[in-house]
Amino acid sequence: MEEKYRAETEPVAGNGLLHRRIFLAGGAAAAGAATIAGRSEATPLPVESWMKIPGAPFNGYGQPSKYENKVVRTLASAPGTGGTGVSRTPHHLLSGMITPSGLHYERSHSGIPDIDPSAHRFVIHGLVKRALEFTLDDLGRYPMESRIAFLECAGNSGALFQKEPVQANIQAIHGLLSCQEWTGIRLATLLQEAGVEPQAKWLLAEGADAAGMSRSVPIEKAMDDAMIALYQNGERVRPSNGYPMRLLLPGFEGNMNVKWLRRIKLTEGPTMTKDETSKYTILLPSGKALQFVFPLEAKSMITHPSPGLTLRGPGFYEISGLAWSGYGKIAKVEVSADGGKSYGVAALQEPVLPKALTRFRMAWQWNGAPAVLQSRSTDETGYVQPSRAQLIALRGDRGGFHNNMVQSWAVSASGEVQNVYA
Amino acid sequence: MSMRRIVAGAALTLVVLTGAAAAQGPNLGKPISEEDVASWDISIGPDGKGLPPGGGTVKQGEAVFMAKCQACHGSKGAGQPNDRLVGGQGTLASDRPIKTVGSYWPYATTLFDYIRRAMPLYESKSLTSDEVYSVTAYLLNLNGIIPDSESINAQTLPKVTMPNRNGFVVFSRGE
Repeated sequence: MEEKYRAETEPVAGNGLLHRRIFLAGGAAAAGAATIAGRSEATPLPVESWMKIPGAPFNGYGQPSKYENKVVRTLASAPGTGGTGVSRTPHHLLSGMITPSGLHYERSHSGIPDIDPSAHRFVIHGLVKRALEFTLDDLGRYPMESRIAFLECAGNSGALFQKEPVQANIQAIHGLLSCQEWTGIRLATLLQEAGVEPQAKWLLAEGADAAGMSRSVPIEKAMDDAMIALYQNGERVRPSNGYPMRLLLPGFEGNMNVKWLRRIKLTEGPTMTKDETSKYTILLPSGKALQFVFPLEAKSMITHPSPGLTLRGPGFYEISGLAWSGYGKIAKVEVSADGGKSYGVAALQEPVLPKALTRFRMAWQWNGAPAVLQSRSTDETGYVQPSRAQLIALRGDRGGFHNNMVQSWAVSASGEVQNVYA
Repeated sequence: MSMRRIVAGAALTLVVLTGAAAAQGPNLGKPISEEDVASWDISIGPDGKGLPPGGGTVKQGEAVFMAKCQACHGSKGAGQPNDRLVGGQGTLASDRPIKTVGSYWPYATTLFDYIRRAMPLYESKSLTSDEVYSVTAYLLNLNGIIPDSESINAQTLPKVTMPNRNGFVVFSRGE
């Protein structure tokens, strides 16, 4: 037993990181034993009231425990508006790879429309042999598929471009990111029925919201894995996520996944909408801007620990986080506890899916001294998530969008965690 | 049979099956004429195709702006509480870039498209074509892009060259 324990807690990198085999069968027990050894004597167990009297009756739609009422999105709206802005996912309070539907992040440009599904129409027109109109009932009869995909706002993590590290938690910095199971119809199926003309190289996707949110999408993506999503996490798409239907472009920046989809127009070139010219473009130090930056590159972040989740003294901790890439599957996540001087390879929680969030775990024996935690992901194309210095050297710090730099969390001797640049 | 040939054969079969499946698909879409789509077909690309009849002057646009836009975008588009629309030319390479219609937007057609579909925030799609053309003219004029006397309409709008027209580079991975 002694020998087994040593093998399972073999250090793999500086400052207490342990080999990932601790997460395999049997390993957790050894870690548990190590933790329990440090605890005080237990007291006799109380028999609580809920163990003696019947609980609440059933209700039609379940809600989280009342003790979980702080697990909510945070909201930010433009001046003078209630629904033009964002809400952010509390990743520090969640685990696994799937975001609950009610906590999926939102970005809306003119509030959440109240769409009557029986009145909703979806139209495909432009450079097609026959323009087609669909009702929701029509679409419900098509063959469907499900896939788990992340959505991330192109502006997520933009705060890390600031000259000085903001004192904010992971929800504020990285909360414009979520992952769900989406079910719907392959867009290619509907486009084939409409008959795409050969000169159609792009399409314009447009929402039924008051802002008429619109983006141009290359035809290759539309014919590849684009979906008209009708369901999220098994139920109809939520109003805040595009009820009754949205465009899903797995791996592409969130803004292109047009919610409340009412129209697709096949075109020769991009329409050059407001969002694809003046907003979601990356301004470089030269004054030129990168346009049509669609997939989000490999990225990761440690959710536990993170600011607000104070460590309670030295000992064993599981470092856990999320990694993702708009180009495919996550191949590897490395974790550092010494600010990037040394890295150990984290365990990846199955399933590891393309263009989906992947949960990673790393065992850590914290010695109580200040530490800097980082994670760095590599995707299946071999792309490695850049450090802050590397990304700024490449694109400067005024681009605003597609910020996928390594996040550093400093842990103080008292166990408090804060955003730092390292 | 080589492995490559087997794979090629399988791919061919897949193509044939996919084609057959499409032909036998549900085909539940109802054909619709472009006339019936017209009320939704409000997107305007750089070529200006689809721009409606009508037009407007800088002076007319000033009146529309003061009545319907200024409360959010400030006097003469200076911004506050919401987006600044004017100025900033020459700042994009500086430490404090100011992105406005005049300094950043590459196409004037985008201005018409966006105002018509989304503005004013609480009454989107309420402006007449003449009002959209005129407020577009006013904003172009405030940014020094067209003279006071210019009118904007379906013919003149696509011909406007924005100052930052060549400011964008199409991304390819690795940049």
